[in-house]
Amino acid sequence: MAQIVVGDVTIEVDEDGFIQEPEKWNVKVAQALAETEYVNELTEGHWRLVNYLREYYQKFGVAPMIRKLCKETGMKLAEIYELFPTGPAKGACKVAGLAKPTGCV
Amino acid sequence: MTEKKPTPLLDNLEAGPWPSFVKELKKSAKSPMVQDLLGVLERSYEDKMGHWKHGGLVGVRGYGGGVIGRYNELAREFPDAAEFHTVRINQPAGWFYTSDVIRTLCDIWERHGSGLTNFHGATGDIIFLGARTSEIEAVFGELIEAGFDLGGSGSCLRTPSCCCGMARCEWACYDTMALTYDLTQTFQDELHRPSFPYKFKIKSSGCPNDCVAAIARADLSIIGTWRDDIQVDRTAVTQYAAGGQIDIAADVVARCPAGCMTWDGRSIGIDNESCVRCMHCINAMPKALAPGKDRGATVLVGGKATILGGALLSSVLVPFLRMEPPYDDLKELIRAIWDLWGDHGKNRERVGEFIQRIGLGNFLEQIGLDPQPEMVAQPRTNPYISYEPKEGRP
Ligand code: SF4
Ligand code: SF4
Repeated sequence: MAQIVVGDVTIEVDEDGFIQEPEKWNVKVAQALAETEYVNELTEGHWRLVNYLREYYQKFGVAPMIRKLCKETGMKLAEIYELFPTGPAKGACKVAGLAKPTGCV
Repeated sequence: MTEKKPTPLLDNLEAGPWPSFVKELKKSAKSPMVQDLLGVLERSYEDKMGHWKHGGLVGVRGYGGGVIGRYNELAREFPDAAEFHTVRINQPAGWFYTSDVIRTLCDIWERHGSGLTNFHGATGDIIFLGARTSEIEAVFGELIEAGFDLGGSGSCLRTPSCCCGMARCEWACYDTMALTYDLTQTFQDELHRPSFPYKFKIKSSGCPNDCVAAIARADLSIIGTWRDDIQVDRTAVTQYAAGGQIDIAADVVARCPAGCMTWDGRSIGIDNESCVRCMHCINAMPKALAPGKDRGATVLVGGKATILGGALLSSVLVPFLRMEPPYDDLKELIRAIWDLWGDHGKNRERVGEFIQRIGLGNFLEQIGLDPQPEMVAQPRTNPYISYEPKEGRP
């Protein structure tokens, strides 16, 4: 299995680059993951999404549906794609350290 | 590249006179990816189990779908088939190509992938099978250059598709290809950026023959129909009767599912008010009968094949809608369905299942449609509906 190294942390990732050891996630890891999804810098907007995804995931054990994500963060889907060009499921969820979504975000 | 290994089990599938996917694969086996694909497949037959993992997630910038990640768990042994992603490409409405276009597509695919294609997938897309993650953006770039775009995948509007309609078929009651092109362009966002509870398919057939089988698999079916009377060419009827290739009484009239036809040996009678637009008589006597002149489409909702839940056939939503650009009524209806289902549908619940859960009455009220008898399956024999047959009618 592939790994990414961030500072002195080494984390297992799957073929699509999703981290397999969520407990090792931190801000630096998020930044490293962002680079693999065409995001060079995590801005406030990125963090609003990432934080919401993490909170929801910790509470419910799944990623929220896209419509809910848009409503709760007040962002349009197009804005989310501007922040994360590969979309909420592949881009934002990966950076947030979530398990790989199956069907929906 | 792994060298050519014997594939005795697959070779068995080449025996016999019928088409064989193994034969087809071997024709393309000059690609190392296909060579390894054959290897994985042979192993699957030996082990009696598949070796593809479930649920990869790859894509291109700006889109949330169009590529389906496929990984093989025997990557070490078959490295050239380790990543074998599927790329969906929006087909032209009605599936018309020039041979130049097909050559261009195949050239792109030989440069960047396994070379294996599937014209077409169940939804209607052109399918490129076997892409490496590193090649996806390049394939996408070249497709765009050639005037193509990715199709839908995931919980989105899937690539709309239609029958060849007015391009080739005299029964088309509206221009299915124009509508499909228009819907595809109008709903680009919904197609490329999944935001629904689950997939949503739109299929359009020009007449009730429903050549794209919309009614059985599309969440929204738009099926051509007519409101006035079936057109009858009396001279042609006489010729059919005289010609003897068809027994009008037994093959046409007796098989009318509505029992609304008569035949006295010379002329055909049709009680058009009772006709259910099944197309049987028209298909049987194409030179004598044709759909009426007041044409449009019936819009149906809720069909799906068996996946998570069982199969559902579509139900009528709008009995008759005229199909002319810019199709505002239809688009408004589609948006109303998406809004309601999007807000209240459960994760991975198709719209047909959603309607079953909340009830058709509630659904209609929410999207602002009045109930109509056409929405009920077989209203004349449904015990909940009181129906007084007129004299001489079933
Ligand atoms: S669905 Fe009707 S109009 Fe379309 S190709 Fe078939 S027969 Fe022709
Ligand atoms: S279209 Fe079908 S229902 Fe209508 S008259 Fe012909 S056979 Fe009967």
